[in-house]
Amino acid sequence: MSSTLSYFRQENLPHIWCPGCGHGTVTGSLIRAIQRLDLDKNKVCIVSGIGCSSRAVGYLDFDTLHTAHGRALAFATGIKLARPELKVIVMTGDGDCTAIGGNHFIHAARRNIDITTIVMNNNIYGMTSGQYSPMTPKGMYGTTAPYGNLERSFDLCELAKAAGATYVARATSYHVPLLIDLIEAALQNKGFSMVEAIVQCPTYFGRKNKVGGPVEMLNWIKDGVVNVKAAASLPPEKVAGKKLIGELHNAPASEYTADYDELIAKVQRTYEGFQGGLYGCASNSD
Amino acid sequence: MSDQPKKTYILIVRERYCKGCTICVTFCPKHVLSLRGGKVWAEHPELCIGCKMCELRCPDFAIEVHEKGEELGSGVDDMDLDLPPEALHD
Amino acid sequence: MTRNAKLMQGNEACTIGALAAGLEFYAGYPITPSTEIAELCAEELPKVGGKFIQMEDEIGSIAACIGASLAGKKAMTATSGPGFSLMQECLGYASLTEVPLVIIDVQRMGPSTGMPTSPAQADLMQARWGTHGDHPVIVLAPGNVKECFELTFKAFDIAETYRVPVIVLTDEIIGHMREKVILPDPAGLKPLRRAAPASPAGYKPYAADPDGGVPLMAPFGEGYRWHVTGLFHDESGRPSGKSEVADKLMRRLARKVEKAAPLIEEHFEESLEDAEIVVVSFGSSAMSSLSAVRRARREGVKAGMLRLKTMWPFPDELVARAASRARRVIVPEMNLGQLALEVERAGCGGAPVTRLGKVNGELFRPEEVYASIMEAVK
Repeated sequence: MSSTLSYFRQENLPHIWCPGCGHGTVTGSLIRAIQRLDLDKNKVCIVSGIGCSSRAVGYLDFDTLHTAHGRALAFATGIKLARPELKVIVMTGDGDCTAIGGNHFIHAARRNIDITTIVMNNNIYGMTSGQYSPMTPKGMYGTTAPYGNLERSFDLCELAKAAGATYVARATSYHVPLLIDLIEAALQNKGFSMVEAIVQCPTYFGRKNKVGGPVEMLNWIKDGVVNVKAAASLPPEKVAGKKLIGELHNAPASEYTADYDELIAKVQRTYEGFQGGLYGCASNSD
Repeated sequence: MSDQPKKTYILIVRERYCKGCTICVTFCPKHVLSLRGGKVWAEHPELCIGCKMCELRCPDFAIEVHEKGEELGSGVDDMDLDLPPEALHD
Repeated sequence: MTRNAKLMQGNEACTIGALAAGLEFYAGYPITPSTEIAELCAEELPKVGGKFIQMEDEIGSIAACIGASLAGKKAMTATSGPGFSLMQECLGYASLTEVPLVIIDVQRMGPSTGMPTSPAQADLMQARWGTHGDHPVIVLAPGNVKECFELTFKAFDIAETYRVPVIVLTDEIIGHMREKVILPDPAGLKPLRRAAPASPAGYKPYAADPDGGVPLMAPFGEGYRWHVTGLFHDESGRPSGKSEVADKLMRRLARKVEKAAPLIEEHFEESLEDAEIVVVSFGSSAMSSLSAVRRARREGVKAGMLRLKTMWPFPDELVARAASRARRVIVPEMNLGQLALEVERAGCGGAPVTRLGKVNGELFRPEEVYASIMEAVK
């Protein structure tokens, strides 16, 4: 098998995603980034929530955790803080991450805990067949927005940056080489990294919004974005209404679990000759 | 043009994985690929320039590009070839 | 070393018990009347190289604990009613994925915000049935400060042995009151740890004897590369929608707790041998009840006391046996009859059951239980 496939639980393939769904492309991109960095498969934990995108971890040959809807980052925080030496990655969808999981998302970013979060944003709830999500563009359709979505959607990268994430980037399932590069950089950032991957959901979003099948959707996605580097030298009308792709924020800061380990060392020095155990702490706690 | 011999590529297709979504067929810059029986097929492998965009974009990990002469074993081990109805286009 | 007595708070004793059991990770969220547990963990865990984190809510707290437990650490959280309600979904997750976990629920007057600083015992059914779906869970109920230590320690042993979430159900009184306690020397304690596989070769994370077997549990990050999912799953941990897989898993999980029940059952009883009026209670209500039973006994009334320490799985035979000679069973509890439901179901040799429910945010006074006993004597 190709070296890429060696990172998969092949006995579980082919996967459940619809023909032309972008989740497979993003999953492949994550694996290729892991491959480039030659990460030790035994020291990587990949955590996901609930939704089409979150089924990805079941196919990947690592310690994988398919958790409750919206809670992947909270589970991942537990793993990372308990075992900082493990590389912890979260794979989540736009609904899983920004709707029910929004609270955990902004707090994980705020803490700058070393977790790489891949948000596979198909602008819709796919698993439950087509409801609109916090990332569905205003005016577009979902089964629960039959007259057009009234709500404004997040700019997920601005949200992550404002919450405190130290690496933020966006790409799409069309711009795959860029996506792989960005994920690779995110994995190397010692802190909270978020890569938003805009992907196509031909089955629900494509049909419901009459964008078309996988190919038409990829073209639609391509036309809706502009590279942040190119944008600087483009006339405003060329950039207006388009989402920026590329590396959008990269400002390393002290990492949560590293700070906690320092705290432990300092505390244990303070209690010199501390033998721990029951009486050790009981007497100290008075 | 350099006198270097033109590189040729072989394409491994895992028909069991391919769902016929046509992303690779449409976006291949050299129109190497086409659909046959609902699965991707390398109609003109000789036109392939090895850009691997099909491999990178494929949502189902169903296609792979290898430079001819590249020791198959290194990139593709035997596990892959015994997957039922695999098409080896070269 | 003379084991010195200490004046200790219930919440503190829970924490010391957890530390003695080898607690390595605490994730929680402040909520009266449990917050002292979080505060003491924040102070003590770094001293022993453990980790404390205050999450953004109780859902994040229990989720982080499950993550830490999967990473191989003994983990605990503590909360009260409103937080316990938020934790229910992940409690079910831990049940189905068989992740060892200890949750301390310091009950307060509910529902809703209720009376945060007042005691109640109305989370009893929630502790058993709070999350959706049939699921294994074990609930212990300390009746004094020393038992806060003992049952929290025991909760970890049970969680590690049976790979099940264990709830330590106290209340505002038990949690906040202080008592003189003499705690065992930690050196003499042998906390248990989950049975782990020898090597990744052929490891099946959920392979176990269908009759209540407990699978071996590998920690994340040691090369097992196993999959954990909240979906029903087969022995290799792979999601499965097959009916026989679901049936087999569901029954194994239930059987796990059934088989554990007789081994973990604990209670306190006094003068039950010839008791005609049996008082059945738990937690702080049992303190007042015991005082009333002893007073009645001094006055020649054949009253007896049964205090349950393992609430779920419910000790049916114990209750039936204790009340087999009873003319009347009285169940004092700070709710409208949740324990009484179980006592009635367990059957008391036909004796009628008095539901002595107190729901005004105050602890029973002994004379209230005494009056009910004397009422039954007439």
